[in-house]
Amino acid sequence: MSTRAPTLFGPTNVPALSSRSCRSACVFLSSLHTVTLIPGDGIGPELAKHVCELFRFCCVPVDFEVVDVDSSMASEDDIDDAIMAIRRNGVALKGNIETNHNLPPSYKSRNNLLRTTLDLYANVMHCQSLPGVRTRHRKIDIMIVRENTEGEYSSLEHENVPGVVECLKIITKTKSLRIADYAFQTARAKGRRLVTAVHKANIMKLGDGLFLECCKEVASGYPEISFESMIVDNTTMQLVSRPQQFDVMVMPNLYGNVVSNVCAGLVGGPGLVPGANYGENYAVFETGTRNTGKSIANSNTANPTAMLLASCLLLDHLKLHDYASMIRRAVLSTLTETKLHTADLGGQGSTSEVLQRVMNAVQSTGPRTLSM
Amino acid sequence: MAGTAWRSAILNLLKQWGLSLYGKDKIKAQEVSQVVGALKKESLQPRTFTRGIHTVTLIPGDGIGPEISTAVMKIFEVAKAPIQWEERNVTAIQGPGGKWMIPPDAKESMDRNKIGLKGPLKTPIAAGHPSMNLLLRKTFDLYANVRPCASIEGYQTPYTDVNLVTIRENTEGEYSGIEHVIVDGVVQSIKLITEQASQRIAEYAFEYAKNNQRASVTAVHKANIMRMSDGLFLRTCREAAEKHKDVKFNEMYLDTVCLNMVQDPSQFDVLVMPNLYGDILSDLCAGLIGGLGVTPSGNIGANGVAIFESVHGTAPDIAGKDMANPTALLLSAVMMLRHMGLHGHAQKIETACFDVIRDKKALTKDLGGNSKCSEFTDAICQRVRELV
Repeated sequence: MSTRAPTLFGPTNVPALSSRSCRSACVFLSSLHTVTLIPGDGIGPELAKHVCELFRFCCVPVDFEVVDVDSSMASEDDIDDAIMAIRRNGVALKGNIETNHNLPPSYKSRNNLLRTTLDLYANVMHCQSLPGVRTRHRKIDIMIVRENTEGEYSSLEHENVPGVVECLKIITKTKSLRIADYAFQTARAKGRRLVTAVHKANIMKLGDGLFLECCKEVASGYPEISFESMIVDNTTMQLVSRPQQFDVMVMPNLYGNVVSNVCAGLVGGPGLVPGANYGENYAVFETGTRNTGKSIANSNTANPTAMLLASCLLLDHLKLHDYASMIRRAVLSTLTETKLHTADLGGQGSTSEVLQRVMNAVQSTGPRTLSM
Repeated sequence: MAGTAWRSAILNLLKQWGLSLYGKDKIKAQEVSQVVGALKKESLQPRTFTRGIHTVTLIPGDGIGPEISTAVMKIFEVAKAPIQWEERNVTAIQGPGGKWMIPPDAKESMDRNKIGLKGPLKTPIAAGHPSMNLLLRKTFDLYANVRPCASIEGYQTPYTDVNLVTIRENTEGEYSGIEHVIVDGVVQSIKLITEQASQRIAEYAFEYAKNNQRASVTAVHKANIMRMSDGLFLRTCREAAEKHKDVKFNEMYLDTVCLNMVQDPSQFDVLVMPNLYGDILSDLCAGLIGGLGVTPSGNIGANGVAIFESVHGTAPDIAGKDMANPTALLLSAVMMLRHMGLHGHAQKIETACFDVIRDKKALTKDLGGNSKCSEFTDAICQRVRELV
């Protein structure tokens, strides 16, 4: 497979991704990490390509093993292969896999299958106001810790009587304790002061009541961190009026979906926020709001920021902190250039222009890159 | 009959009586259309239609409830709205067989009048009975909760272009109250979606859109994850859309709605959804326009019953101190007037309320001012007199 060195000015030539590895040119480095890459649908493949390109340019010692998942196939072989690859490599970068909700219930969401099979129990999204992005609210800095494997997403439904469907929401003590502990540990590690549990225990007294109890139990073991709880509808109301009051938030699956999307919208939209899914043994990184972006696929207008920042989280996870900081700095500095803003930020910039600017920024900070 | 047929019938009748649309009789065409629209709604003609006065059941509620109810009654009197209030109390009582219910005189009043206005009710903890709101909902089968959210000029929030309506299914879904402990440490909550309830709410959403000149209805769901339950809801919405082709219909995932709502709420019109999503989204939208203190709400039930209410709490800390803000209850009462077809009075009272808020001279504390509730009410009354 040919590898042409990307040039600083002019179009970059990227060889097509194949199911074999997309090798880094700096293969002589001893500690080469293999990471599973699942392009997904919509804007996923093009963003995955950009990450590969950027990593090669920066000589990041990461080797991507690409696994395609065809969402139109009824069989689960593709997603099983992807899961096996992640078990092998321990870490993955993923685009969103589309779920056609008009298909029968036997066809399960591939994304959900991946999360539950690998027991990626914590979905973490860090929403912060970014420089260069104009939003209605300023100084937002919220860390959302969402239970990722149970709750409303248990996919247990049945129709006992025609026209009457029951959907089961499962809350367990083990998983609630686990996610609460994860939230408090993260808060402690990052020096955060307050954890807010989001629930609806006034209505779902047993289910969300159990979740809340577990959070309170865990909170007692972290006396330096304040703990409070808030009902989910009040939470959304508070988020749109005074989001600065929140620090770390922990919640079951569905409320996590709502709150993380609200927060992502508050800081500038789905193109900006990266997301991470952590389990005991595996970690999968993706865009925070998990959008497929079908309508803007292949138009060179998608905002690559979220995916690039997700790749930085990946590098941090692999303890390649220098590379992570370098790329993150370059991405954030590019964000301050309003004329390069993509359509989701109200601009007319293209994905490739943003990427080129990121590469320029990396180059100017001085480390060795391919074009040198 | 279709709307145009009603309208022509009425115009013909007027012509027969020698009344014309133009000239000295001054019957305006839009008043005819409004009457037609009102006639189409089943709940328009309350049973007690004596001398043009509509009797409405008033439930003042707890905490600040009584004072804001008094404020609303005063404003309605000044506006000469043809409303007669019948006050009732709804403290839960235990009926025969130990079943909790609302007092029979309150039930009888509501069943007779069909229209009600309710202040905030306190939810007692450990009183042994379910919340009053839940009891009311079950007693009158209040299946649709309607919250119109429109930005209030003069009450600044970061969102200035909100103009949408959330219609929430209010009887089933995640709030069915069916929970079990399977084994110690494992709890199962059941979300119930039925075709009947989904059909009812979808039909109502499209009817509402038609009657209130709204262009589109969006069904909010999570059918990618909850394939069967939200799938059923979505299917019934699509079927209702087929029957109402003059209203645009589209579907959107809950997370996409949340994401887009906080970035650009102007893209939404009427939203219809199951119980939990409705609870979250309606409060989210209330937050966009300024909170529960300024948001109206209506509950539509079977058999033509409709109860309009303020959705904020009882605020026991300011109860009795003349500090409360009656805006939410007032706007709910305006919603009630519109539901009854009394558009003229509704417009007058609503305009007066918004004018006073815009003037900023007599605002209650929560709106950023220093005035008392009575002063705010008087300012609105004064404005109503000027508008007559």
